[in-house]
Amino acid sequence: MHVPDGFLDAPTSIATGVVATAAVAVALRGARRELDDRTAPMAGLVAAFVFAAQMINFPVGAGTSGHLLGGALAAVLVGPFTGALCLAVVLLVQGLLFADGGITALGTNITLFSLVAVGAGWLVFRGLQLLLPRRLSSVPVAAGLAGLVSVPVTAVAFVALFAAGGQAPVALEPVLTAMLGWHVLIGVGEALITALVVSSVVAARPDLVHGARPLLATRGLEIRTAGVAA
Amino acid sequence: MRKRTFWIAGLVVALLLAGFVSYYASSNPDGLEHVAEQTGFLDTADEHAAGDGPLADYAVEGVDDGRLSGGLAGVLGTLVTLLVAGGLGYAVRRRSSRPAADRS
Repeated sequence: MHVPDGFLDAPTSIATGVVATAAVAVALRGARRELDDRTAPMAGLVAAFVFAAQMINFPVGAGTSGHLLGGALAAVLVGPFTGALCLAVVLLVQGLLFADGGITALGTNITLFSLVAVGAGWLVFRGLQLLLPRRLSSVPVAAGLAGLVSVPVTAVAFVALFAAGGQAPVALEPVLTAMLGWHVLIGVGEALITALVVSSVVAARPDLVHGARPLLATRGLEIRTAGVAA
Repeated sequence: MRKRTFWIAGLVVALLLAGFVSYYASSNPDGLEHVAEQTGFLDTADEHAAGDGPLADYAVEGVDDGRLSGGLAGVLGTLVTLLVAGGLGYAVRRRSSRPAADRS
């Protein structure tokens, strides 16, 4: 969903640039609380993985494809603030080195990926954590559903920006309908990839999964009690 | 899993995706591009300012073999992203407070 240069007019691009700059500044402060010596390398690994995964466009029908956004994935693995930074780095590398996503649209893309996709993904994930059983196995399920929701939400956010500053005089309703329709389908792919990756990391190193931390505190206590009883 | 094994496994998966699997990715337009074409605003897209860079469109300039060119671009991008985001992670992290004896 990388927005190229030219889709949005200058005032809208400048406004999203300001929003993106503020979001990155807030994320830099917030990431300090999420990262320590143990988890700092996760920021690099998660960003690298999202970059790699975004190269894999999967077909979704009618000559269309989609790829991972990675917002929910990054938020669950490293926390929402660090996740937002990871996505901003991915977009910066893609825009500057690979001509993927416009340069004047960088603020727009960071707003959509780092703010909307990560934010929506994290909110849905935390909401589901309150509803689902407090087990480690719930983490990939909540992450997958968060990924599913995050994609159409981000698509609608693009349409909102397009409504504010789209350069072409086209009717908005068909744009909204088409964006929503395709991105619900792409969201299914997002959900599968997100759940698969999160469940792999939870299986290998649950202590490195930000979204699993509240669960591990209680699990540690349970294990200790069992050990004493045996 | 030991932490070192985990880091290496994660990086190998990312490099394989970007360097090898990406060759088999769908070349159809993504959701946004498709909708832009369908609803008639694709032609407002401008040429990319860095569109003639050495790695533009995930291909290494001068490498003719498509598989090699795309794979190399993917590997380079993954490593650059790893270094930038990892460096940022280390820069903003909380340093664990060491015992007083350690500090002197």
